Amino acid sequence: MENQPIRVLIAKPGLDGHDRGAKILARALRDAGMEVIYTGLRQTPEMVAEAALQEDVDVVGLSILSGAHRALVPRIMELLRQNDLSDVKVFLGGIVPDGDVADMLAAGVQAVFGPGTSTVAIIESVRTAVYPSEA
Amino acid sequence: MAAQSINTENLAREVLAGNRRALARALTRAENNNNEGGPLLAALYPHTGNAHIIGITGPPGSGKSALVSALTMQLRAAQETVAIVAVDPTSPFTGGAIMGDRIRMRDLAGDAGVFIRSMATRGLLGGLARTTADLVDVLDAAGFDRVLIETVGAGQSEVDIAAAAHTTVVVEIPGLGDDVQAIKAGILEIADLLVLNKADHPNSGAALQALRTMLSLGSTEDAWEIPLLKTVAIDGQGVDALLSKINEHQRYLRNSGMLLQRRQLHVRANLELRLRTSLLAEYLQGPTAHQFEEIVAAVIAREIDPATAIATLLDSQGFNRE
Repeated sequence: MENQPIRVLIAKPGLDGHDRGAKILARALRDAGMEVIYTGLRQTPEMVAEAALQEDVDVVGLSILSGAHRALVPRIMELLRQNDLSDVKVFLGGIVPDGDVADMLAAGVQAVFGPGTSTVAIIESVRTAVYPSEA
Repeated sequence: MAAQSINTENLAREVLAGNRRALARALTRAENNNNEGGPLLAALYPHTGNAHIIGITGPPGSGKSALVSALTMQLRAAQETVAIVAVDPTSPFTGGAIMGDRIRMRDLAGDAGVFIRSMATRGLLGGLARTTADLVDVLDAAGFDRVLIETVGAGQSEVDIAAAAHTTVVVEIPGLGDDVQAIKAGILEIADLLVLNKADHPNSGAALQALRTMLSLGSTEDAWEIPLLKTVAIDGQGVDALLSKINEHQRYLRNSGMLLQRRQLHVRANLELRLRTSLLAEYLQGPTAHQFEEIVAAVIAREIDPATAIATLLDSQGFNRE
């Protein structure tokens, strides 16, 4: 399995149109040898879960800068569970107040990446999540 | 991962029963072409042969994804189920890829009669990935009426799609070059249907004229006359006419016996690719690996030229070409 590229869905759920971060990350993951599927803007939780299912990804990266993460993230996690996708690792990036991070982790998110997180750290987290034995 | 532990028979059964999660997993196995992929494809292959396979190819930014999306909407309105394989390029430097074809297909979300799968080329240069035909087989077996293959942005040499699709649609756009570009060798030659997308562009008249001239210069023994259609994919203009021509081509293939001829072409291309891949892998990994390294060293040292080196190698493997 190790020689298959890690497949990542980068999704922007919700209504904000700020996708620079998502694109930078998509590019960084590509440069790290991963296969990145970018959904584009304004995805509903249903669209994110459906894309994750069809693409059979290892990882979903959510980028939310609208402040709607408290509504969107638990809904996406629930839909992933319903679709038998509990093994998919979910990461969250964007603007998430410190006080919300614990709730996001409790909802099943692997890690929350705020502004200023290095792409190197994110790549490492993704690799470790997919191949824990190699960490 | 958990997906790998499901056994092949169960997975094949679930795929045939229409389970979308199982289908997604099956596509992964087929794509990765690992030890579990082979038996799965073997189990599904007898169920293939019902889908109409349509290839959409054309230069980057010509609107292939938007056209695929618009075509799929038309097909869904006619109650046909549609699977889409969207191929994007793998970076030759890092092995990674960014696949963005879904961005233009958001109108198809939430429709259980549609299944979209992105795949990266993983090193193949002909516009498709090595296992694209296998993914198409899995989707065909899963019972989709149509399988649409969107190639990577293609230009003058990415013609593999012709050996994978029943009906090949080549998408061109205004402003890409003069009429000599249109008569060069390349993807225009593989078109069963030629589409000028973005036909609302001010330069579309000249592009249309160049393509029409190109078609008129062509000599084909085929009874099928390649139609030239105008579309504006983002708002669906001309897409209904495109679909009726696609359907006409499907009928033509059936009635003329060309369908069988294309199938022979597809199978041959598929087997040749497999044979090439397997023979090379076998040779480079087997006990012969050191022989190859010796030959590489000899050519580097200019003790032998590349052509003689390979001839010697084939002789030593019992491939006598006299």
